[in-house]
Amino acid sequence: MRNWKYIVSLSFLICLIFTLPNFAKAENEQKEKFNAGEVIIEHILDSYEWHIFTWKGHEVSIYLPCIVFNEGKCYTFSSRNFRENEFYKTVNKTNSEELVFTIPHEGDYKGKIVIVNADGTQKRPFDISITKNVLALFISCALIIILFYLVTKAYQKRGEKAPKGLQSLFEMLIVYVRDDIARKAINNEKSVDKYLPYLITVFFFIFINNLLGLIPIFPFGANITGNIAVTAVLALFTFFITNLLGNKEYYKDIFNTPGVPWFLKFPLPLMPIIETVGCFTKPFVLAIRLFANITAGHIVVLGFISSIFIVAQISVAGGVGMSVFSLILAIFVDCIELLVAYIQAYVFTLLSALYFGMASKEHHKS
Amino acid sequence: MELISPDFGYIFWMTLAFAIVFFFIAKFAFPVIGKALKNREQKITEALEQAERTHEEMKNLQAKNEELLKKAKEEREEMLNEAKISSDQIIEEAKEKAKQEANRIMESAKESIGNEYKAAMTDIKNQIANISIKVAEKILEKELSKDEAQMEYIDKIIKETEEKMGDEKVR
Repeated sequence: MRNWKYIVSLSFLICLIFTLPNFAKAENEQKEKFNAGEVIIEHILDSYEWHIFTWKGHEVSIYLPCIVFNEGKCYTFSSRNFRENEFYKTVNKTNSEELVFTIPHEGDYKGKIVIVNADGTQKRPFDISITKNVLALFISCALIIILFYLVTKAYQKRGEKAPKGLQSLFEMLIVYVRDDIARKAINNEKSVDKYLPYLITVFFFIFINNLLGLIPIFPFGANITGNIAVTAVLALFTFFITNLLGNKEYYKDIFNTPGVPWFLKFPLPLMPIIETVGCFTKPFVLAIRLFANITAGHIVVLGFISSIFIVAQISVAGGVGMSVFSLILAIFVDCIELLVAYIQAYVFTLLSALYFGMASKEHHKS
Repeated sequence: MELISPDFGYIFWMTLAFAIVFFFIAKFAFPVIGKALKNREQKITEALEQAERTHEEMKNLQAKNEELLKKAKEEREEMLNEAKISSDQIIEEAKEKAKQEANRIMESAKESIGNEYKAAMTDIKNQIANISIKVAEKILEKELSKDEAQMEYIDKIIKETEEKMGDEKVR
């Protein structure tokens, strides 16, 4: 247990080295020109299969299940179908109508499952497929639950004794969220207890997912927190918790802001409008910040690695030289990403706590 | 711009997954952890207070001990002093007694010497008287024959007796 620091850093290094074959595959596959932008965007975005690596020209991927709803009917099939043929045809059992699914390579629905109508137009069905990001999300959620389960067990077993191992790592972070985030942002202890479970969940969710995103090997390395849908959902949770649990004081501050001249409220309710818009912009900014930071980090690391292959296309020696340079830079950026992983989790949690603090402010007679 | 347009399916799964994680932490993990943390904090606070109290008590005890020690020292000093005084007294008394005894012995010795002396004197006187009587007897035996010789003889005897007495006295 004492050597865990070395184990972590070593595995981190190994992971970095493993990134290389991933890109080699990208080169093999296309044979033509290595397109760094495409590779990076392919990583950043979602897909219906999880490409693990390419071995001697054979792609090793996990084909994930597609679940789509069309006109109240559920269709499930493997994404392998799209690897073998361009179209996947299925028959609607009730009216024996043939449905054609495909994943277009361009257009509005690029990379998404669509239904091709008889006239050639594309229609996006209601799609809740288990994509790569969804699977990664499930894995990380399972990991979070397992970790918390272990920690909870440790607390039950050790009682009031000093924490040990994983428990002490979690305790440090939990106590940090409680004392330095929740208690500083929320001024009454009762509200702290009320909001703390959410703050802890958000903190660990973002932090663990950020870290897992930095590990480039299966089953990690998906860009979970760098996906706008994830950050949007997190922000929406914060938004609903803030506004649904807000007290009278909070709503008074929004609709009848104290200490503001009446003409800003009366014929034209300028202040209430600004405050109401503020309610929506706050979580919006939360979502954008997390998304942009994590995505940018992934793009920068991938950019450095890609530059090796770009140079290697021109000359092999140059590629070797570039790889040393790029690896050093990529390691450097990865280290910064470790920091960012923590900072973004901290910022999201802190800002959520601040909004909760505003929504649960006790009335002060001054 | 797929990058910034959230996919509905993903939102759906994310909401579900996050809700499950949130539910698990809020319902099962956090109550246990929070309670354990609070209990531990309380225990630590209590232990610290207890330590503080014990420290205070120790301090008091130490002060008490010191006081006791001081008292004991004082007592010892006092006792020593007393003992010294009493021993001095005893010695003094003994000396006094010895002196008295010596005096008494001397006195009695003197007395007995005096008595002896008196007895001796009486004895001498008696002897003198006896000798005188004997002398007188002898004189009386001789006197009737010659006057002059008689007187001579008396003188001689007296002289002899005186010498004898003188010798005795010297002795």
